[in-house]
Amino acid sequence: MFDLFNYDFFVYALIATVSIGIICGLTGTYIVARRMVFMSGGITHASFGGLGLAYFMGLPPMAGATFFAVISAFIIQLFSGNKRVKEDSVIGILWSTGMAIGVLFIYMTPGYAPNLMSYLFGNILTVTSGQITLAVLLCAAVIAFFAIFNRPLFYIAFDREYSRSHHIGINLLETITTLIIALSIVLCMKLAGIILVISYLTIPQAIAGLFFKNFRSQLVASAIVSCVGSVAGLFISAGLNFPSGATIVVCFLLIFAIAWFCKKIKIFKFYSK
Amino acid sequence: MDTSEPVLELIDVSAGYDGEQVIEKVNLQIANDDFIGIIGPNGGGKTTLLKVIIGLITPYSGKIVYHADLKNLFGYLPQNNFIDRNFPINVRETVLSGLLSEKGLNKFYTNDDYRRADALLESYGVGSYSRRHIGELSGGQLQRVLLCRAVISSPRILILDEPTTFTDADFERDFFPILQDLNKQLSIVVVSHDLETISSYAKTLVRVNRFLTYEPSKSVADV
Repeated sequence: MFDLFNYDFFVYALIATVSIGIICGLTGTYIVARRMVFMSGGITHASFGGLGLAYFMGLPPMAGATFFAVISAFIIQLFSGNKRVKEDSVIGILWSTGMAIGVLFIYMTPGYAPNLMSYLFGNILTVTSGQITLAVLLCAAVIAFFAIFNRPLFYIAFDREYSRSHHIGINLLETITTLIIALSIVLCMKLAGIILVISYLTIPQAIAGLFFKNFRSQLVASAIVSCVGSVAGLFISAGLNFPSGATIVVCFLLIFAIAWFCKKIKIFKFYSK
Repeated sequence: MDTSEPVLELIDVSAGYDGEQVIEKVNLQIANDDFIGIIGPNGGGKTTLLKVIIGLITPYSGKIVYHADLKNLFGYLPQNNFIDRNFPINVRETVLSGLLSEKGLNKFYTNDDYRRADALLESYGVGSYSRRHIGELSGGQLQRVLLCRAVISSPRILILDEPTTFTDADFERDFFPILQDLNKQLSIVVVSHDLETISSYAKTLVRVNRFLTYEPSKSVADV
């Protein structure tokens, strides 16, 4: 197993996996607490439109995906609370049209799109040094952001309207959080792919939620579970030559099953009420 | 402090959602010791009016004049059916969230803040629930906790949106005397469907059904 460390691509993948694990653990806790999972799915699938467009134009696919992810995140935020067009409808529209635009542009692009499957199902072993730098930088920014603003973020997630009634720049904080969510999702696509991203943003949080009824504890526990599951999945996928994204999701599921069983038979008593 | 001194004025305010006007040409003045009861049919604009007062909705026309600093001006008790009872938050943290304007985005709580929260919970009869998860509270207990959250920052105006909905009869009986007591220190604006109770306690009664009209009300002294 330690032979794997002799390969640069595996070390790169490991660094990216840990960074993305922390990012998803933290942002996912906020997403789940604010019941924004469907929104995250919408952003993820809408970004496929940007990916297809970038392919068509000969630009870096991740740049296109990032652009579409950020734009769709802000469109959803704009329609949040709109009485005429429901937020769910907007998400559904972005979800399906993003995929449709992506498919059309890839169809119109001459030749074969060799990396398409890696964007749909993820392949962390093909991560580039530039993407690792981005992942590490975003990871540091997300940790700092949640460390400094965890209290207002916690209150926004609990009662958004009440928090806004305090007039202390909650809208700006929400906008920054939306941007961070969009960027996290795009980075996570490299690891898990568009189809599986949601599992990174929900399963570690569900595991943390089994044991902790405190937002800050859930933040830390989700990040740890996310890292452990991702790294375990990466080693198994590299050892058995399995697809990394799917293997990591199965690892999360196994951890969830074990955690649920432990909770059921009350093995751990340390967790907070 | 002059009790008749206005803290806030709404002048010809029209507001609504997504271009659709819900309240029109509303004029209202909130003075220092006011106790204003707001009644009206569902969809008439009661909650919209509260949101305009607090600054959550920007009016289409007219103006709002604040005669005080916005910081700590409002204590707000929204309708509690919007509260997620499964959210990972305990009672004490819920109350402390009332200090958001005082603390800003990144200041930490002091021991004094924790003591203030615990003392408030104690004085409203829910002190023993301080470390409990909010999902363990009854409807009435949760409203008391949310009232603590609304008043912990010592606001000048307390805004309440249907505070006795989803609560039991005991809570309804106790709640308005608590508000009456609070009214000695701050102004109160409350939306209620319970016409009989609200007209007993409110000094001013207004009806909102797109337009705002003043209703005759019994003085508190007559109760």
